Amino acid sequence: MRRFIEQHTFWSIVALLFVAILLWLIFAVWPDWLVDILGRKKTFVNTLLNGLTLGGLYFLVASGFTLIFGLMRNVNLAHGSMYLLGAYIGYEVAEASGSWFLGLAVAFLAIGASGMLMQTLVFRRMEGDDIRQTMVTIAISIIVADLMLAIWTGTTYQFAPPEWLFGAAQLPIVSVIKSSGDMVYIKYPIYRLAVFFAAVAVGIALWLFLNRTRIGMMIRAGVNDRDMLSASGVNVQLVFVLVFGIGAGLAGFAGVVGGTALSISPGEDVRYLLASLIVVIVGGLGSVPGAAIGALLIGLAEQFGLAYFPTYGVVLTFLIMVLVLAIRPQGLMGGREVKR
Amino acid sequence: MNSRRWFSGTLSETGLHPSILVVAIFLLAYPGFTSDFFTFQIGAYSLILATIALSLMMLAGYGGMISLAQLTVAGLAGYLIAILGDNSVGVMGLGWPWWLTVIVAISIAALFSAFIGAISVRTEGIYTIMITLAIAVAFFYFVRQNYTIFNGFTGFAGVEPPNLFGVYWRSPVPFYYLCLTIAAISLGAVFYISRSTFGLSLQAIRDNPRRMRSLGFNVAFHRIFAYFLSGLIAGTAGVLLVWFNGRISPGSIGVDVVIDILVIAVVGGLRHPIGPFLGAIAFVLLENFAIDLIDRERFNTVIGLAFLLIVLYSPDGLLGLWNRLREKLRSAKADRLALNGGNKVDASSYESLDNP
Repeated sequence: MRRFIEQHTFWSIVALLFVAILLWLIFAVWPDWLVDILGRKKTFVNTLLNGLTLGGLYFLVASGFTLIFGLMRNVNLAHGSMYLLGAYIGYEVAEASGSWFLGLAVAFLAIGASGMLMQTLVFRRMEGDDIRQTMVTIAISIIVADLMLAIWTGTTYQFAPPEWLFGAAQLPIVSVIKSSGDMVYIKYPIYRLAVFFAAVAVGIALWLFLNRTRIGMMIRAGVNDRDMLSASGVNVQLVFVLVFGIGAGLAGFAGVVGGTALSISPGEDVRYLLASLIVVIVGGLGSVPGAAIGALLIGLAEQFGLAYFPTYGVVLTFLIMVLVLAIRPQGLMGGREVKR
Repeated sequence: MNSRRWFSGTLSETGLHPSILVVAIFLLAYPGFTSDFFTFQIGAYSLILATIALSLMMLAGYGGMISLAQLTVAGLAGYLIAILGDNSVGVMGLGWPWWLTVIVAISIAALFSAFIGAISVRTEGIYTIMITLAIAVAFFYFVRQNYTIFNGFTGFAGVEPPNLFGVYWRSPVPFYYLCLTIAAISLGAVFYISRSTFGLSLQAIRDNPRRMRSLGFNVAFHRIFAYFLSGLIAGTAGVLLVWFNGRISPGSIGVDVVIDILVIAVVGGLRHPIGPFLGAIAFVLLENFAIDLIDRERFNTVIGLAFLLIVLYSPDGLLGLWNRLREKLRSAKADRLALNGGNKVDASSYESLDNP
């Protein structure tokens, strides 16, 4: 950190200023001229929180995507379908058993298992042929999307989070001070805050898993040089299956979490596929920290776009992608391509 | 490098295969012996889809860049026709003359394609698939959100081709010939490009970009220019598509349709310009007659399974399947001839033409 400040003094000052302004925007009571420019403070803070929540959700989806890609060079375009399938399965289990957490666990395990099956049955047969693997995932996503439409039809489902996550929390942020002198605090749904913290927890867990365990070490070694890892006596296929399982399971997990925060309906698969794609393109393919940064950026951009210029919201997301590709084609945190 | 020599190439076809003539005559006579449904819904529609897929085949086959945004380029051209020309919705519809609308629509579509190329040009392989897919989906969401220009969810209806030379061009037979002409020109153009100096350098770049770069070729420019050319083809097909449907909405450029184009190109075969046409015919026939076999609702499952089988067992598509079958038959025949003291037939008759 200190070395960074010494080396990039200018950018550190810019970043600090930015953070200071942001904190002021969040905690200060806005003067009238600012309200004239940006609209009500409540809108701003809510948009910010929505953006953070959505970013957290996108991170949950995209981290699995980027993990799978990093190790196997497999762009799993069925990732969105896995998200949606996880949401449906979680919904069915939660409805049948009455336990939301059971639904979450079953979705994680079921989608993880389906990912492992895909890896062993399909991708192992065409290793190294990444274009063909991608095509196969497209084919699978077409079939799965259609079968899901057949089973769950076009209805929108919504399921309730557990009791204690329901309702709204009063945040220690003042939106306006009434003429009587009463302070109006901003309220925000607890569940959405929980989504954000769940994403942070998953992120930390993933980081610990990748950096502090033996299997994590193998995975990182595999990302850098698959052949060398295999030559040093590790059963690479087993590592692949495990990573595919975790990555797919995370998509199923995100399906339940996201399905509760928003809703489940056909077409969501494409939405989250797009989100994962842009997040990893921006963040850098194969990098979990990159996925976190990308997810936050895209989540915030989407929500601010939606709130402040509704009909051109997508353009903002798109511009971020184009800008990153123009400046750093490998993504913000993406390393150099491994030469093989 | 002399830019004038870029497109020096040859179209002279020594030894035109008789089967090509037979197919040409069949296609020309096709409306004569079929119903309007087969001329319009099957014939013209296949040709349009094939032309869009052809633009993808050109990029993927010669440039090694699988772009999923070709339908998006076509869709943009279609939207521009509705926006700049006339539509019956009451949003936009600037009422420009038809020839200006068509020219502007196709040029903007081609420029948009070049722009997509410029974005994705520094990346390769699967990255290109991802970026172009992201662009396609983002464009879909954009036109669905945007009501001021693209009329959001509803899109545009009542888009008609001009009444020229006293012919109503949307009636089946004239429209079929219009599509056939465009498809034939595009096919010819792709053939020509593939043998021109530009096309040959593009193929060389596909095979070894690093070597071409060190030989002094501008790799990025070649790729972007390939995107531009394929955008011209896709844009033209997009104009036909909007005339065919008479309407355009976000649904016409949705992800499922984007994927359909990829399916058509891959199922047909990405190695030869004829592939997309085979793929399109198979796709449209399946789309129309799968109802007899299974529930119409489950059409996507059938398409997905067909795609999966092709990708798993014949990466070269139907064309690859056909070539393998032919080789097998020929080697069987050659074996028989060898027994009788005959000569073996040259199996790669068109490949030798690729390198004049």
